[in-house]
Amino acid sequence: MLNLLQTTVSKPSGAIGLGLTVLHVLIALLAPVIAPYDPTMQNADAILLAPNAEHWMGTDSLGRDVFSRVVHGGRLAISVTFAAAVIATLWGGFAGIFFGAVGGRVDEYSMRIVDAFLSMPWLLFLLLIISIGGAGPATIIPTLGFFYGVAILRVVRGAAMQVATRDYVTAARARGENIWPIISREMFPNLSDILLVEGAMRWSWMLLAFSSLSFLGFGATPPTPDWGLMVAQQRSLISTAPWAVFWPCFALSTLIIGINLLADAIGKALGLDRATAIAV
Amino acid sequence: MTSLILRRLGFAAFTIAFVSMVMFAAVEALPGNVCTSFLQRFAQGPRLERCIEQQGLDRSAIVRYGDWVSGAVQGDFGYSLKKRKPINELIWDRFSNTMILGGIAALLAIPFAVFLGIAAGVRRDKPLDLSLSGAAMLAMTIPEFVTATALIYVFAILLQWFPAVTILPPGASFMQMLPNIVLPVVVLSAVLIAHIMRMVRASVIDAMSSDYVQMARLKGVPEHQIIRRHAVPNAMIPALNVIALTIAWLLAGVVVVEKVFNFPGLGTLMIEAIYDRDLPLVQTIALIFSVIYVGVNLIADLAALALDPRQRRKGH
Repeated sequence: MLNLLQTTVSKPSGAIGLGLTVLHVLIALLAPVIAPYDPTMQNADAILLAPNAEHWMGTDSLGRDVFSRVVHGGRLAISVTFAAAVIATLWGGFAGIFFGAVGGRVDEYSMRIVDAFLSMPWLLFLLLIISIGGAGPATIIPTLGFFYGVAILRVVRGAAMQVATRDYVTAARARGENIWPIISREMFPNLSDILLVEGAMRWSWMLLAFSSLSFLGFGATPPTPDWGLMVAQQRSLISTAPWAVFWPCFALSTLIIGINLLADAIGKALGLDRATAIAV
Repeated sequence: MTSLILRRLGFAAFTIAFVSMVMFAAVEALPGNVCTSFLQRFAQGPRLERCIEQQGLDRSAIVRYGDWVSGAVQGDFGYSLKKRKPINELIWDRFSNTMILGGIAALLAIPFAVFLGIAAGVRRDKPLDLSLSGAAMLAMTIPEFVTATALIYVFAILLQWFPAVTILPPGASFMQMLPNIVLPVVVLSAVLIAHIMRMVRASVIDAMSSDYVQMARLKGVPEHQIIRRHAVPNAMIPALNVIALTIAWLLAGVVVVEKVFNFPGLGTLMIEAIYDRDLPLVQTIALIFSVIYVGVNLIADLAALALDPRQRRKGH
């Protein structure tokens, strides 16, 4: 584990990725301590102030401190997408290893359904589910987790099929072990690398998806400070108060880039070639 | 060959049937129904009865699904709750606007991305490759609404070259539309170019290290000819499927980009319909997008089949 970390940060892109990710997670965790103001506190005497000594990033159209809002703005997005990434990796990883291990008819027919799910524009499907179940984490976490899990399933199943032909799996089969110990003791430890990288990569795409949903008005609900929502709310005033739009954009982009770089660097450190994998 | 084409067609038909069933089932699974979800606290008395009658909710789910599908095939998508009009009157203008926007983005992006991907792939790890790959990474990770907002700030507000939001009279001509679609097309193309370029680059690198390229080098074939005659044609086939998948991304990206620029396309109509809880309209637009998606993938599959003799052999 320590070794992996060292190889990952040995390249500048890995170090930058890890740095950005850790920084953002720390800021999100410590937000109430860092933020000088209450992120939802409105102040009619401080509307659309340019950045100054009291408000480092200025104030927005309701007189709220942009710095405090940006610091809080990742909490919902990070926790929602992290939960969804864990769900996706767990179910997609498990199902992928299972189908790779059993093979045959079960695998073949299941993959048809998986392909059908993959050939659905899932953002539209998510929008459909939101219009039924309402916006908010309770709808978004399971839906993101499910759809990204399908993509992880496909990748992991491909890798599991190769692992299933290795000698140690054949040996376990010859010993007469049944499918569960083979999956948990022989196959899973040899596929955990791929799961880690896939999970991290999907996490960054989920952040992109969640913030887009927030921007469209289906993620966070006002007055929650959330980057995507902040951009949507302050966008019409961009010519008078660009700072209220710039900083949430900056924070969001650096986080997604950071996780993406980190996942890429971990993948390279583990010797996995993700260059040909498709970002769905 | 014919059986392979039939099998691909069969899978496309299966996917569309499956997707439409899932969409229908998702709406069926909700507590209440289309009318109660639309009317919310007004869902009682004559208003609810009228809505139920208009949407035909008194029939069983299977009958309604059959009706929905056979109607959709004939271009009759039912009745919008909020706009109080047949859905097919609402969507066709929007549909053609979205097709123009997405079509131009795809037509510009694909050749450009293929060119850049080849250029980067044959110069692996050289400065050009590293800077192109870096730029592609940024284009892929920065959300579309952020890129779009930045472009609006620079080109619409500071420089005032293009309008910040789309102002289109209904039935506007293409020339009237042109200044309005420049910025949305740039945003969509940037992401498309990034995805396609990465894939083309990867498959060019793959082809350049293959045995037949080694063989050509040993024969003394000049490098530019190796690239043009051997590496590039072989690298295009795996890239084709990714181009199709990326077009699928385009359909989702278009929703966000249309919203940012307030472009009168299917995407903005879908968002309005979600705000209004107008489920029949949401379902219809989701179905149209899915059919386009499956259609594009089918075309890519058939093209790959036509270009690659190996795929025509059995086992694929």
